[in-house]
Amino acid sequence: MPLLHIDALNRSFQSTRALVNAMLKIDAGEIVALMGANGAGKSTLVKILSGVLPADSGVITLNGRPYVPRTPAQAAAAGIVTVHQSTDLVGAAGLTVADTLLLTQFSQRGQPFFISRASVRRQAQAILDAAGFDLPLDRDFADLTAADRQLVAIARALANRADLLILDEPTASLSLAESQRLFNILKRLRDGGLAILYISHRTADLQAIADRVLVMCGGAIAGVFERPIDFAAAIEAMIGRKLQSARPGIRPPEGQPVFEMRDARLLPGSLPFDLAVHTDEVVAITGVLGAGKSRLLSAIFGNGRLAAGEMYLDSRRHRPKTPAEAIAAGVAMAAEDRHRSSLMPADWPGSSLAATISLPHLSKWYPHGLLFGGRERREAEQAIDRLRIKASGPLAPITSLSGGNQQKVVLARWEAEPSRLLLLDEPFQGVDVGARHDIIQAIRSRSDRATLIATSDPEEAYEVADRILIIDHHSLAAAPGGARGGLSEEIHA
Amino acid sequence: MTSTIDEAAPVQRNANRVGWLADLGTALRSSAVFILLAALLLGFSAAEPAFANLGNLMSILQAVAVVAILGAGVTVTLAVGGFDLSIGAIAASSVMAASYAMIVWGLGAIATVLLVLAFGALIGLVNAFLIVRLKVPDLLATLSMMFLLSGLQLIPTAGRSISAGLILPNGTTATGVYDPAFLLIGRANLAGIVPVSVVLMALVAIALFVLTERTRIGRLLFATGGNAVATRLAGASTARLKMLAYVISGTLASLGGIVIAARVGRGDVSSGGSLLMDAVAAALIGFAVLGKRRPNVLGTIVGAVFVGVLLNGLTMLNAPYYTQDFVKGAVLVGALALTYGTVRSPSP
Repeated sequence: MPLLHIDALNRSFQSTRALVNAMLKIDAGEIVALMGANGAGKSTLVKILSGVLPADSGVITLNGRPYVPRTPAQAAAAGIVTVHQSTDLVGAAGLTVADTLLLTQFSQRGQPFFISRASVRRQAQAILDAAGFDLPLDRDFADLTAADRQLVAIARALANRADLLILDEPTASLSLAESQRLFNILKRLRDGGLAILYISHRTADLQAIADRVLVMCGGAIAGVFERPIDFAAAIEAMIGRKLQSARPGIRPPEGQPVFEMRDARLLPGSLPFDLAVHTDEVVAITGVLGAGKSRLLSAIFGNGRLAAGEMYLDSRRHRPKTPAEAIAAGVAMAAEDRHRSSLMPADWPGSSLAATISLPHLSKWYPHGLLFGGRERREAEQAIDRLRIKASGPLAPITSLSGGNQQKVVLARWEAEPSRLLLLDEPFQGVDVGARHDIIQAIRSRSDRATLIATSDPEEAYEVADRILIIDHHSLAAAPGGARGGLSEEIHA
Repeated sequence: MTSTIDEAAPVQRNANRVGWLADLGTALRSSAVFILLAALLLGFSAAEPAFANLGNLMSILQAVAVVAILGAGVTVTLAVGGFDLSIGAIAASSVMAASYAMIVWGLGAIATVLLVLAFGALIGLVNAFLIVRLKVPDLLATLSMMFLLSGLQLIPTAGRSISAGLILPNGTTATGVYDPAFLLIGRANLAGIVPVSVVLMALVAIALFVLTERTRIGRLLFATGGNAVATRLAGASTARLKMLAYVISGTLASLGGIVIAARVGRGDVSSGGSLLMDAVAAALIGFAVLGKRRPNVLGTIVGAVFVGVLLNGLTMLNAPYYTQDFVKGAVLVGALALTYGTVRSPSP
């Protein structure tokens, strides 16, 4: 009898079907990897299992009993514990490791009202011993590394007698050595009979520890791969088409590169890499969250520094100290999370569609300082036509637009003035399929500049780019022990 | 005015679509302060005919001029997402500085005005340095500057107020006097009707209104307060914009101090007590004016005038002096409730 059995699980959000008759089973004592592109249904599945969301229909049995958790606490009581990607929420500054380990106990009724330091230490030590971890009990939680916080979270999960441990992108913010330590611990726990559902895009990780790989696509399980795992086939199942299949409109890189990086290191300890992007070329960089995509783009845009190495723009040294210097040199960047990085709050001056486009260009468009002449409105009208932005007009509040149209406006901002290199960080975040198509067309229709796109979704990268690079642990290099076939350093999509 | 920069236009267009009822609601909300102001003016005039004569109206404006000038500065710091708590103390120390410059150093009117304005700008720079460079939170930086200044202004005279014939800490007697030309700033009327301080208030209001609402610097100032990350990523220097805002705020506060000094004609250690609260209140009441829900210079001036009219009218109707703070507080609570509490018309 499998530990966990899921049959015909469905869940919809309005018209979107996030899970479509999903079925899977997990046995005790195995590590099952779950792969899938953004929107494939991974997180919905996890949320249902951990009691955050209810399912619309379907049957889940855990240890042979029906399992319908209504809250995360019920899920944990039944034996399913989820350790989320961001471990900051596991504890809080000012709590020691021992306090953090016992946090769930503190909040339970029936526990003694007064607690002594000694008893907290004793109980916490027992939890660590049971898990076999070595952590400093008196250290402040805020001073722990991301890796140690993760162990605290796992130890606490195990203390609550979990049968199934769900780990969401656990190595995203870990170094190689820390990842290795985590893998050894996970293998030991598996050998002790624990089932682990491990969510990751990182094929190197999955290669190292997964006993089985489940691939999700379109809300259903699209493939199950047993050891030895064929990762090329798994990724093809994930993005729903052949990796090597030719696609019309691919432009081979030509002539002098517009932008080059040589021996660049994003972090002092990361591996050095080279990068070249040519005119009329769209290059996508893909990798998991925390792999260094945003750090790379920010360094090019002057919003951060390289740890080492040189950058060249049109063969001239490129060493911007601020975004303003990068813009002056001919680099434009639409950063990730447009609400945080590009848009003004509602009802605030500058929150109209036209003003959103004009913000970086005010001094060029209004050299005398006074905002007269309607330049930004004319530019906005052109952008609305060109990018097919759905809005009531150039003065429409940006917050009244849909996500896809907001993203088009952000793109229009950086296309309003010519640039040599356009950087786009997660340009398809919260963008529907139709708008994504328009944006891709707009990006690919310009031939006067180079474009570098960062995305965590390989499918998006495949759709937009002439060339795809993979970033891992802050370096554009092949994943250690990388899989055969499609996952070489460069996928010529 | 071109429609390019008219932020209110789309809102009104949407309201049209929703129906005349919502339209009326929007119109009422955005003009609520003006309607109340008109009602106050009519009511007070009816109850006390002397209220409506030109001299009294000018005295109301003269009474609110300093608060309005300081409030305009607060508005600019609110626009960049900051808050200047030191303006009251800057104004008070500017009164002392102006008096000291004329009475102890014997400077003339022009030199004194320039010196005091430079003093205000310098304090603004120091505030900006603390906030931008040392990353001290705005409220804490300007709060400590407030403390520092209210102590600093006592030191040169060993805690004494400054008037002609001041005996200095070293035992000598100061020989200077207030320059009559300086006193004109606080006491003269243009064409025998409009006080100079009211003219100054109007000039400050117009200059700052144009700066904040009609120039690209103003757009960037608001952008800094609306989303500093986005503003920086758009290539603007938010550090410089914040510095500009605090320098404007400090300079306007010292201008307010000059007006007070010219009106009172002496350097009083206790001057400027309620200036900070009144100026902040004016700026916050301004959020409700025209339904803007954000700092705006026009709203701040209207807010200051509104409070001035109310206090003047109530005083004429023999309301006791000690009720004034209560009245100001009630207006502020009402204005904020109007700004934040009213239901927005459904978005399209």
